[in-house]
Amino acid sequence: MNVPTTPRHAITQAAADIRPGATPRELRCEGAWLLRSAAQTEARIEACLGRFAQPVEGELLIDAQAVTAMDTSGAWLLHRMRRALETGGCTARFIGLRPEFEALLRLVATRTTEPAVAPAPVPGMLVRFGRNAWEGLLGALGLLSFLGASATALMRGLMQPRRIRWRSILYNLQSAGVAALPITGLLSFLLGIVIAYQGAEQLRRVGANIYIADLVGLSMVRELSPLITAIIVAGRSGSAYAAQIGTMKVTEEVDALRTIGIGPLDLLVLPKVIALVIALPLLTLYTDIMGVLGGMVMARAQLDVGFSTFIDRLDDAVSLTSFLIGIGKAPVFAVIIALVGCYQGFQVDGSAESVGRQTTTSVVQSIFLVILVDALFSIAFSWLKL
Amino acid sequence: MNAAAATIPDNIVEVSDLNTRFGAAVVHRDVSLSVRRGEIFALVGGSGCGKSTMLREIILLQPPVSGSIRVFGQEVLGLSDEQALPLRRRWGMMFERGALFSSLTVTENVAMVLREHTRLGTKLIAEIAALKIALTGLPADAGAKYPSELSGGMRKRAALARALALDPELLFLDEPTAGLDPLSAAGIDELVHQLRDALGITIMMVTHDLDLLWRAADRIAVLGEERILGKGTMQELARSEHPVIREYFYGPRGRGAREQAWNRK
Repeated sequence: MNVPTTPRHAITQAAADIRPGATPRELRCEGAWLLRSAAQTEARIEACLGRFAQPVEGELLIDAQAVTAMDTSGAWLLHRMRRALETGGCTARFIGLRPEFEALLRLVATRTTEPAVAPAPVPGMLVRFGRNAWEGLLGALGLLSFLGASATALMRGLMQPRRIRWRSILYNLQSAGVAALPITGLLSFLLGIVIAYQGAEQLRRVGANIYIADLVGLSMVRELSPLITAIIVAGRSGSAYAAQIGTMKVTEEVDALRTIGIGPLDLLVLPKVIALVIALPLLTLYTDIMGVLGGMVMARAQLDVGFSTFIDRLDDAVSLTSFLIGIGKAPVFAVIIALVGCYQGFQVDGSAESVGRQTTTSVVQSIFLVILVDALFSIAFSWLKL
Repeated sequence: MNAAAATIPDNIVEVSDLNTRFGAAVVHRDVSLSVRRGEIFALVGGSGCGKSTMLREIILLQPPVSGSIRVFGQEVLGLSDEQALPLRRRWGMMFERGALFSSLTVTENVAMVLREHTRLGTKLIAEIAALKIALTGLPADAGAKYPSELSGGMRKRAALARALALDPELLFLDEPTAGLDPLSAAGIDELVHQLRDALGITIMMVTHDLDLLWRAADRIAVLGEERILGKGTMQELARSEHPVIREYFYGPRGRGAREQAWNRK
């Protein structure tokens, strides 16, 4: 085996150097031409070449006898120096270079390419603004067409119920619904306490202690509990949908599904949408109860309103309409969260970074849309005088 | 050889009495092997016999149950990330599926390593990155592309370019030719040889590619049944009586590669 055994990382080796040789037509290289000291070596070469202010004519000898080690970076520097000299008009020739270094230099010379051209200049502000606006519009249209495609897939599924993946729906019910019980319950309980606590002071001042039930009941059941549940689920499950589908896109699993003849919408999107449409109203009902419970605890502690008094009053305070409005918003929110999460997952373009980006976007977008739609509901209900 | 060379032992990698278990499944039982300086060493064996696992243990990605692994004469087991850094700069690893950073272009993937570990100017880094990319046989315009825009074979070359970024003394290749067309695979054989001859790199690879074994490997160890079934040159192993090794080298594909290698000689 003919293998060079130069210890390229030995500490005792002198760094690379280059200097004018004995005659004006000679350069002397020495030391270890390694990546480790490439920055200094580059500076030495510049300094040395600077002396050839006038281009040298004819042949220039580069004595490389004292070169003790070389790696590709060192070879590159030597090659670049030779090229610079030759564009100056002379021919440069290495003498005394060890055969293995000679081979390396040849390898580098034959594989030389110019570094890729610089990337396109950064566009101006107006261009970027226009581009962002256009992309935003495309995104909205994309989401809309995704909604359409999912609806069609759902219709197909309803025609042939055997196509619906019940097992997957059950799994999603478990992960998005049952597993969310502790956190949604705790948060709405705390929210009930906070509202009751804030209201208690005002109500006591006017001696209207009993109206605590109206305050807590109505605000929780009609507005806050659907909203907070939707926001928590968007953060918990919407992001998980985006990350799962996004990663499956990166690993080409989505393409594989298509190839096998399973619609990604049927397998990945519909079960999630259906499961969430079932789970979110149930979760909202649960958070209604937990929120009111929090208010009851606070009412007894702060306002001496007993549990039975509170519940009696609740019956008058919260109409069936209010309750149904609160619960009725939940399926709409569920569709928004599941579709935005899945849609953003499908927007992933192959890099790990874009999985993160689309996951973030999915949460931000679905929370934004949930609050927007909630506001639209309020306006619509006030028109309808509900 | 000068005095400094004496500090680097002849065995660049030395694995002794290595034991690996995943739960109840034993992967390696008292496995020992060594890789000498400047050689191209190949680890072969059936799927799931722990070849890649051993590679991962050597480069400190995964701890074995017991045993000793010395790289450049230094015990690596039990080193912290910080202690391992000087060693990690001296070896390069090419992962089976490339493991390129998907949010960076190929050039940025290579340049990132250089920027992290050297203090070179931007221009020189760009030049060296372009050189490494060219060395692996990629076209110049591949540098500006993202990994997701490359074919599998090109991704592999780009991964090799990144592994070579710091001019390592020791190069680990995990399945360097898997998923490549025969022409690209032959290019990798040639490249592995050129790197060894020109740079004196020691190469340790895991491979299934019998052509690559015949053409590039100096010594081979066959891993199976939790231990080393045989090691030596391709010719020595071809004479082995062990049934698994015979099956491996004299199976239909093994015979073809062997005949081809003979015809070439």
